[in-house]
Amino acid sequence: MNIADMISPRVKNVPPSGIRKFFDLVNEVKDAISLSIGEPDFVTPWSIREAGIYSLEKGRTHYSPNAGFSQLREEIAKYLKRKFELSYNPENEIIVTVGGSEAIDIALRSLVGPGDEVIIPEPSFVAYKPCAIFAGATPVTVNLKSEDGFKLTPELLEEAITERTKALILPFPNNPTGSIMTREDLAKIVEVLKNKNIIVISDEIYAELTYEGRHVSIASFPEMRDKTLVINGFSKAYAMTGWRLGYACGHPDLIAALYKIHQYAIMCSPTTAQYAAIEALRNCDEDIQMMVREYNRRRRVMVDGFRKAGLECFEPMGAFYVFPSIKSTGLSSNEFSERLLIEEKVAVVPGTAFGECAEGYIRACYAYSIDDINEAMRRIRNFTERHKRGI
Amino acid sequence: MEEILEILEKNSKISAEQIAVMLNKSVEEVEAAIKKLEEENIILGYSTMINWEKTDRELVTALIEVKVTPQRGEGFDKVAERIYRYPQVKACYLMSGGFDLTVIVEGRNIKEVAMFVAEKLAPLESVMSTSTHFVLKRYKDKDVIFEGKEKDDREAIVL
Repeated sequence: MNIADMISPRVKNVPPSGIRKFFDLVNEVKDAISLSIGEPDFVTPWSIREAGIYSLEKGRTHYSPNAGFSQLREEIAKYLKRKFELSYNPENEIIVTVGGSEAIDIALRSLVGPGDEVIIPEPSFVAYKPCAIFAGATPVTVNLKSEDGFKLTPELLEEAITERTKALILPFPNNPTGSIMTREDLAKIVEVLKNKNIIVISDEIYAELTYEGRHVSIASFPEMRDKTLVINGFSKAYAMTGWRLGYACGHPDLIAALYKIHQYAIMCSPTTAQYAAIEALRNCDEDIQMMVREYNRRRRVMVDGFRKAGLECFEPMGAFYVFPSIKSTGLSSNEFSERLLIEEKVAVVPGTAFGECAEGYIRACYAYSIDDINEAMRRIRNFTERHKRGI
Repeated sequence: MEEILEILEKNSKISAEQIAVMLNKSVEEVEAAIKKLEEENIILGYSTMINWEKTDRELVTALIEVKVTPQRGEGFDKVAERIYRYPQVKACYLMSGGFDLTVIVEGRNIKEVAMFVAEKLAPLESVMSTSTHFVLKRYKDKDVIFEGKEKDDREAIVL
């Protein structure tokens, strides 16, 4: 028996990441300054860690209710109201998941199957497309453009919609571009969607990391409220990536479907993380503010650094990524990233990791100390200047 | 203004150019703001955090609780001044509660600190009593944890 033949075609046909070789290279080069991580450098605030430790000391090591502890769901409801003007009933409109990632997976599995199309704007987080395929659906990518500030425009959306479109992924603030959708931007999208039978999966995991102004959720438009599934979590806002805790909110019928898969496939989210998250929502708004202020300063330093290195760089208003164009160097994303790593020992991610349309771009993360960022920008400037001289 | 202070409090070596970029202001604006903060005695100095325990220098620190009789017309300020003027005194605070002044004193050894208390501090007319506590170990000072620079052990690449 050839084991490889036993693998389901649905899984087999999802190509492994095209930049695997580059990944291996990053892991090989020792002492490189890495700007290639997609997570906060901050450690989870102590009061949150302490709440997790306390729950362990108390022996709270059992399963929680399938949908998550009711106190946690109540705190999530209060938080969404206080921060984003969203109202959800903690009883039947919120489910606690294993990171935002699980929410994406079970949302797609709940909604789509063979014959259905899912619209996925790119460049974006790498999981949407494979998850749609694992669910049996057909992903339809929309190529966002730098001249639109990498926003989803009504024209692009309209073009992608067919009779088979069942869901739209709305990934803003965006990884990797740092682009956001303002209320005005969303209003135009709402015009397109309001009379259509399309569910919006709004991945708002970076909502707290919005600079100059507040994040607006598409679910805050009354006509979209029931047609939107909001996904959020604790990883980015509270620097809790390793705790694996997220949530999804939406119409009771949507949540009931997610619940069904979650209940059988996962049972419940980690109990310790849930206790920690209750503390996070109750007492840590200030910690978020502190981190956001710090990210904002680093963001400006990095954008300034890329521009000084002669790379065109659109100003990102969300998340913690900068997405400069490297087209002026004449190198491809992959070549640029590889040579920068080997010649200057700085690791960035080729834009193509986030969609083919992102050729000519790289992603650099600023969730690093200001000293590391300064040193990395100095090296990148060396690199671009040397290449300009043709060396 | 407040954000400039926040940044400098964490790292006073940072340049005005860098702060300007961080806060989206011009270098001139930042320099002028810092100058003003210095003139108004809001920024009092730019010192360096040092862990002397890792050097050869002998150093002991004591926290002394002092009870004093406040003086007519001057309250505690005059007594405090007579105490904090000594170079051995590194910090001096007026306190609520069971005693009046906290005095932080440094010396080369226990004897030196004890002599200071016995010869200079305790004999002061307004000082009623002193209680000296020596510091055995510093875990954290001015927001800095002494042993525990957390290493960045994140995965090299995460999408």
